[in-house]
Amino acid sequence: MNKAVRGSLLGIETLTTDEILGFLNLARRMNPLKPRSLLRGKRVLLLFYEPSTRTRTSFEIAAKSMGAMTTLVLASGSSIEKGESLLDTAYTLRAVGADLIVIRHPHAGAPYLMSQHVDIPVVNAGDGMHEHPSQALLDAYTILRHKKTLKGLTVAIVGDIYHSRVARSAIHLLSKFNAKITLCGPPEFVPEIAATLAPGLHISRSAEEALRGCDVIMVLRVQQERLAGMKIRLQDYIARYQMTMTRLKLAKKDAIVMHPGPIIRGLELTWDVADCPQSAIVEEVHNGVPVRMAILAKALARAA
Amino acid sequence: MNQRRGSSLLIRGGHVIDPAARIDAPMDVLLRDGRVADVAGPGQIKDGDSKFDARGLVVTPGFIDLHVHLREPGDSYKETIATGTAAAAAGGFTSVCSMPNTSPVVDTPEWINWLRDPERGAVVNVFPIAAATRGSKGVVLTDYRGLQRAGAVAVTDDGKPILEDDVMRESLRLAAEINLTVVQHAEDTRMTENCTMNESPTSFRLGLRGIKAAAESSIVDRDAQLAQQLGARMHVAHLSTADALKSVRRAKRARARVTCEVTPHHFTLTDADVRDYDANYKMNPPLRSEADREAILAALADGTVDAIATDHAPHAIHEKVMEFERANFGITGLETALGLAITKLHREHKIPLARIVELFTSGPARVLDLRGRGTLARGSYGDVTIFDPKKKWTFKAAESKSLSRNTPFDGWQLTGKVVATIVSGQQVYRAG
Repeated sequence: MNKAVRGSLLGIETLTTDEILGFLNLARRMNPLKPRSLLRGKRVLLLFYEPSTRTRTSFEIAAKSMGAMTTLVLASGSSIEKGESLLDTAYTLRAVGADLIVIRHPHAGAPYLMSQHVDIPVVNAGDGMHEHPSQALLDAYTILRHKKTLKGLTVAIVGDIYHSRVARSAIHLLSKFNAKITLCGPPEFVPEIAATLAPGLHISRSAEEALRGCDVIMVLRVQQERLAGMKIRLQDYIARYQMTMTRLKLAKKDAIVMHPGPIIRGLELTWDVADCPQSAIVEEVHNGVPVRMAILAKALARAA
Repeated sequence: MNQRRGSSLLIRGGHVIDPAARIDAPMDVLLRDGRVADVAGPGQIKDGDSKFDARGLVVTPGFIDLHVHLREPGDSYKETIATGTAAAAAGGFTSVCSMPNTSPVVDTPEWINWLRDPERGAVVNVFPIAAATRGSKGVVLTDYRGLQRAGAVAVTDDGKPILEDDVMRESLRLAAEINLTVVQHAEDTRMTENCTMNESPTSFRLGLRGIKAAAESSIVDRDAQLAQQLGARMHVAHLSTADALKSVRRAKRARARVTCEVTPHHFTLTDADVRDYDANYKMNPPLRSEADREAILAALADGTVDAIATDHAPHAIHEKVMEFERANFGITGLETALGLAITKLHREHKIPLARIVELFTSGPARVLDLRGRGTLARGSYGDVTIFDPKKKWTFKAAESKSLSRNTPFDGWQLTGKVVATIVSGQQVYRAG
């Protein structure tokens, strides 16, 4: 039933491990500092219905460093403000000559819907609470810079998993490589139902339990505006789940700390953890460019 | 639409199922002057200006749908009374109850009169249900006596619940004085903000905020207790959860005047069917879990459920082919109800045909006390549904009589098809 054009990347859930490794291997051959003309003459449309720093700039730099043209369309300041529908916006972008659309949208499934109605690849740059596949790929890429393989890693994902598209994509990806994944947080952030997302998931309400002996720690941002509506007190959350140097010591010595950003120091993690040698947070942002080059190259380049 | 005075129609050779009269046998039915004139053994009635050959077919009282959105006044681009009732006729329904959540809301006797005006072009009986509160805002009660006098058969704020305890209590108390039924859309909307499907593994996977079963069952529980205290008639619209059924069972055991309906989509589909963000699977209440569906099937079989109602909710394409979370709630249902009931309830779950007919006829007639409907007893209205319980057919949304096409059942192969629909002795639908 899926009519998405080849090269579309809508989510991690439906990818095979070979497809995932294909992206990661290609990313290793990409160097944004050595511009290539793989995508010369191609037009990449960046359609952002939500704010973004990392994802938007790294897709743009990725496209440009392979010779593609990019155009940024934001919801504010475009016809979207006048009520143009998602599909009509897609047809418009296609009509002006887009070869590929990168879309970030506040509603789950928007990239899927678009992909079913246009004849060019659609790349999901984050849709609602659903998926953020390029983030999961760059996280896997980052992990592989530190670990030999993804297979059998012990991973703790700590924080607001319910609202997080980053968490959903990461869980799908790591689960496909049989990682042992513990989801950690209060029930409001980590409902029991979260364990049904993929095989091999475990839920823990204790940061200490989740972190003990793990290889990778993924910390998620705490959105204070969401806490307000819930029955969690910020101080309680910090006391129980904040990533501190003391808690980090429970993990393996060579464990790495990851965070999709933006980070709030003093909330989900301490200043020290953000900057410690085990932190891979800045490296993740850096790796976003070659990974997104690989995604665009796979979709658009003939020889990739 | 009445039968011409003095003329008569003999429906012969069919198998009559009339649960209200405890008939389940080969019988002939004579309709004269828009009424049932006689029901007798095969060949015994010699009368009849015209004849309908019903050999191999089932002949039942006309179906009654307690829950239909005809969209007029206001949203005639989705449906009109004329197109909606044409779809009803094609689905075997001779009577439909129209919901008041239109623009404007049907909250005055004048709007009830407008709905019932022959100029609307209805081809089946339309029984308007009026708003329970002004503008369905849940604050000030409407004029129940005036609305009833104009022809309203119940009151509801459907689409929304009557949320405040005091307002619901007052509504039930006032309605009880005039033997009017209050129909409740049971949803605690304080729990369902921005939610678009049932809370489930699927909602978590798709990243959609989940509607909890408790949002329905907590309201049903409160209302069942209120109805019991006040001796009022309370009907639960589109009941969808196992927990809400428990409250209804408890109330019925206590002889409270509490009734409920379920929709064909809730006994056919589950939340696991919500795939690919297809908004034709988005309705309120949402498709629930398999456990809920099984509880509904059991309640349909054991008599807890009083009626099958479609919650026919037409929407234009541009309101459905869009982001799932932004799309409107609701699907059409008039033309697929019988096929789904026979396919799912009778063939798959072995619920007797007579029980299914009860859920479409005497059951709903009892809920709203529609006298002379839902039975073929002599003197009743000449409303008759004739169907072929074995006929296999494929539902094609594009051929629907409804103005809208929003259904998850497009292309489904169903067993059981309406052959003819007769309202007051007059044939209003005949399968081509």
